[in-house]
Amino acid sequence: MAEVEETLKRIQSQNGVQGIIIINSEGIPIKTTLDNASTVQYAGLIHQLVMKARSTVRDIDPQNDLTFLRIRSKKNEIMIAPDKDYFLIVIQNPSD
Amino acid sequence: MPPKRSKSATSSAGSKGKGKGKRIQSPVHETKPGHPDDIFPLVLTSATQKLFGCCSDVDVTGERPYKLLKKDDVIKDFKTRAAVSDFSPVKQIVLDYPDDDLLLVFDRDFIYGQSFYLVLTPEAKERILNVAGSPEPETPQVFEDEAIKTPEPEPWISLGSEQEIEEESVRETREKLLFTYKLSEVRRKFGPPAVFSDSKTAVTGCPSCPDSRFSIKLMLRDFGCRAVPRLHSSNTQTKGKLTSDVSTQYTPREFSNEEKEEILRSESFLNFFEKVTSSMLKALQQETIMNVFVDRWKAMGTTSEDEYLSPEVPKHLMLFKVFTEEKYAKGKKISTFNWHPTLHGVIAVALTEKRTEDSPMFESEDSFIVFYSFSDSSHAQLLLECPGDIFAFEFCPSDPNIIVGGCRNGQVVLWDVSAHSIHLKGTQPGEKAPFNTATFDVDDHKEKNTPVVRYCAASPIENSHKAPITDVQWLPPTFEVTNRGLPVENKYNISTQVVTCSPDCSIMFWDVRVSNVNRSARKQSADQKAPYSFLNTFKHLVDTWRPFYKVSLPMIGTTGKYAPLKFCLEPYICVANHTAGATEAENENAVNSEVIPDFSQLRVPLAETLTPLEDVNTKLFIGTESGEIIYSDWKKVIDNSGSLESVKPLHCFNTHYWLVNTVQRSPFFKDIILTIGNWNFAIWKEGVTGGPIIVSPNSEQWCTVGCWSLTRPAILFIGKEDGSIEVWNLLEKMIEPVRVYAQVSNAKITCIKPWTSSKQNFLAVADELGMLCMFEMPKTLCVPSRNEISNLEKYFVVEEDRLQDRLRRKEQRAKEPKRMDCDKPLKLPVDEEQEYKNYLKLEEQILKGLGLLSATPESHTFSHTHL
Repeated sequence: MAEVEETLKRIQSQNGVQGIIIINSEGIPIKTTLDNASTVQYAGLIHQLVMKARSTVRDIDPQNDLTFLRIRSKKNEIMIAPDKDYFLIVIQNPSD
Repeated sequence: MPPKRSKSATSSAGSKGKGKGKRIQSPVHETKPGHPDDIFPLVLTSATQKLFGCCSDVDVTGERPYKLLKKDDVIKDFKTRAAVSDFSPVKQIVLDYPDDDLLLVFDRDFIYGQSFYLVLTPEAKERILNVAGSPEPETPQVFEDEAIKTPEPEPWISLGSEQEIEEESVRETREKLLFTYKLSEVRRKFGPPAVFSDSKTAVTGCPSCPDSRFSIKLMLRDFGCRAVPRLHSSNTQTKGKLTSDVSTQYTPREFSNEEKEEILRSESFLNFFEKVTSSMLKALQQETIMNVFVDRWKAMGTTSEDEYLSPEVPKHLMLFKVFTEEKYAKGKKISTFNWHPTLHGVIAVALTEKRTEDSPMFESEDSFIVFYSFSDSSHAQLLLECPGDIFAFEFCPSDPNIIVGGCRNGQVVLWDVSAHSIHLKGTQPGEKAPFNTATFDVDDHKEKNTPVVRYCAASPIENSHKAPITDVQWLPPTFEVTNRGLPVENKYNISTQVVTCSPDCSIMFWDVRVSNVNRSARKQSADQKAPYSFLNTFKHLVDTWRPFYKVSLPMIGTTGKYAPLKFCLEPYICVANHTAGATEAENENAVNSEVIPDFSQLRVPLAETLTPLEDVNTKLFIGTESGEIIYSDWKKVIDNSGSLESVKPLHCFNTHYWLVNTVQRSPFFKDIILTIGNWNFAIWKEGVTGGPIIVSPNSEQWCTVGCWSLTRPAILFIGKEDGSIEVWNLLEKMIEPVRVYAQVSNAKITCIKPWTSSKQNFLAVADELGMLCMFEMPKTLCVPSRNEISNLEKYFVVEEDRLQDRLRRKEQRAKEPKRMDCDKPLKLPVDEEQEYKNYLKLEEQILKGLGLLSATPESHTFSHTHL
C-alpha cells in the first residue's frame, strides 16, 4: 500500500502530470487523483477505447497484444498502460 | 268585279294548309279589294238573315262563317220575294247550281266588299269547306263553311334558283355502261397436269409504275400513338431492422471504499503496478524531453493561417473622398500636400500653376495653400496666401499652427494659423464649428468665405535661395544647430529651425527665433509696420531673416556642385544621459513644452552656452537634379585657410538617371532610405557605402513620387506619370509591383501620402489636375503580415551582403585581368596546338575506320581556318 502510494507520488511529481486513474478490467475506477465526475467519465470512455484497441491489435495478429496506448490531443496527452486486470491512466500536459 | 288574283294567290299559296281563315285573310286584305270568280259578295238584309238562319254574329260568326243553304230554300225565296230577294243578282247562278247545298260565307271583315258572299261553284264550295271545315266533319254546317284559309298548294313559281341547282347538280348524262368480261382459258387447257418451273426473274411481281402525269401528295395522315408506361414490377426483401430510440440511465458502478482498499492490497494489483510503472515513467519522461508530434513543416512557415502567401491585394482602391476647390484649384496642379499632424481629417494642399517652359518665371499670381477638411470636400476651410508657388511646405512638429514653405522664387515663407486653429478644429468631422465671432466678421461667416491667412514672414529675396526651394524640413525638436553647424541640445524642445534645399546647390539652415545678430537692424524694422500681417508672431523676422548656416555641395572628383532636390535627415531621439543640471532643465522643459511658445520672445541662445550633442547624425541623404544620391555631412571642416568649408560628400551614386523626386526614410527602420528617381527606385541602408542595397528594375512610365506605407514595413507606393499607383511589396517580389492601380487619376500624380488612425487607413493622392483623392486602404495593405519587420530586416541584411559580395567580386575581377592578360598569350596557344593535333589524329582514325579517308590536304586547311 505504501509502495503504491509512493510510486503514485513519483508519477504525480513528473512534469505536467494532471491526473492519474487506475481502473479495473471492467472500467470501475479504483484509485484516482481527479474528482469523481471526471474519473468516472475517463474510466468509462477509456475503458471502451482500450478494449477496442486491444481487439484491433489482436485481430491483426493474435500473438500480439497491446502494451501501451497514447492519445495525444491538442491540450494534453493521455497515456494508458493496460494489463490483464487493470489499467493505469495518466493525463499529462506536454511541455511544448 | 275585276278579278285580280295574282298576289293574293301567291300569298295564299305560300301559306296554304295553315288553317285558319284569319291568317289568310290578312295578307289578302292588305293587297286588293278584288275577289275571286267563284264567289259573289252579297248583302243580306236582317230579314233574309233571320229567314235563312244566318244572322251575323249570331248564327254565323267570325269563327264559323260558313253556312250551307239549301238550294230549294233559295229558290223559294226567289218566288216569295221576287225582286226584293237579296239573292236576286245571283238568281240565275243559283238556278243553275248543280248541287243542293250552297255555301254562304260570312265575310266579317268585308274582304270582298259585302258582309256575305255566296260561293258559286260546288268545287269552290268543296274547296273552301275542305280547307276550313275538315276538323269538324260531323256538323254539315261547319262542313259547308269551307275554310278559305287553308292554303291551297299553289304551283311553284320559279325564281331562278333551280337553274343554279341544275348547274351544280351532278346527273348521269348517260346510262351506266355495263361491260361484262369473261376470262377463261382455252378449253383445251383445262385439265392437264400443272407444270412448275423456275421463274427467270427473281422477283415476279407486278409493280405499279409510277404515273408521271400525276402524283398525289399525302397531306394528311391519320396517326395515332399511345404511350405505354414501362412497368416493371420487382420486389425485394430486407431484413428490416426497426430502429428504436433506446435510452438508458445509469449510474457508474463504483467500488466502495472497502472494496478499493481490498483491491489495492491484492497481489495481482501490485504485480500489475510494478510492471506498468516503469513504462509509464519512461513515457512521461519522453514527453518532457521532446515533443515528437511537432509539425516541422508548419513550424517553418512564417505565415499565419489566414494569409497563406500574402493575401491578394484588392484590385481596386476604394475611393473615399475627392477634394477639389472650384474657386482656387481650377487649372492648377497640386505640387505637394501634407496631413495635419494633429487634427484628424485636415489636409493642407499646395496649389501651383501649371507652367510650361515658356511662361515667365516670376509671374505674380495668387497662389494658395488650401486646407481641406473631411467634412467638406469641395470648399477650402482655410487659405494661406503665398508670395509665389509653393513646392514644399511643412507643419512645425512642435506647433502645428506654424507652417513653413518654400517658394518658387527661393523665398522661405512662414505662416501662423493659430487664430484659425479653432476654426480648423471645428471642421474636423464630427465636431460642430464653434461660432467664433471674435475672429470673423459676421458677414464673412454668413457668406462662408474661406478665411485667408497671409504669410507672416518671408525671407528677403537677397537672403534666399536663387532657385525654387524644393524641400523644406523642420529640424526635430530634440536638437539644434549652431551657426557653425554643430548640433547642440535644444533647451526648449521645440522645433525652431528649418532646413531648406534648392537646386542652386545649397542647403540652408534657418531659425525662426529672434537672432542675436543684427539687433540694430531689427530695431529698425520694428518701427516699420509689417504689411498686412495679422499676427506679429514672426514680425521679428521680417526683412531680416537670413539663414544662419549654409552648406554647399561640391562634387566629388570634379569641380562644380550638386543640385539637391530632396534630402532626408535622420530624426534624432534625445537620450537622457546628461548631467544633473541638464536633467533638471529637461524636466522644466517638459513642463514648458505644453505651453506654445511665443517665438518672438525666444532668442537664439548663444552657441557656447549649449552643450554639443555628439551623437547626432549630421549626415544627410540628398537626391540631386541629375539623379545622384549623395550622402553628405553638413558639418563643415576647417580647411587650410582656417575658414569653414563644406566637406565633400562622402558618397555619391548615380543610381537614378534624372530628377530624384523622393528621398524618404522608412518609418520602421531608422537606417533604410527610399529614393525614387524618374525610372526606378532604390533602397539604401545608412552605413552601407557601396551603393543602394536594392535597386528596382527600370519602369516604362516615369515614377513621379512615392512613399513608404505607414503600417506595413515592406510596402511602398509609387505614383506614376500616367496617373497610376504601383504597390510594391519588398518581401514578395522585386521585379514588379504587387498591384498596379491603373488610372487612379487622369493626370500625373504629384504626391502620395498615407495616413493611419486606429480605425481608418487612408492614402491621399494628389495629381496634376488639382484634385486630391483620398482612398481607403484595404486591410491587406494596412495590416502587416506576421514577422514582417523581422523578415524585412533579414531581407535587407541579405541584400546588403549581396551588395558587398558583388563589390568584392568586382574588385577582384578588377585586379585579376591584369594577371590574366600577360599569361594568356603564352599558355593557351600551346595547349590549343596540342589539342588540335590530337583531334586530327582522331579524325584520321575515325575516317579510316569508316573507309572514308581521302587524304586530301584541303580538309586540313579548312579546319585550319576554322581555328
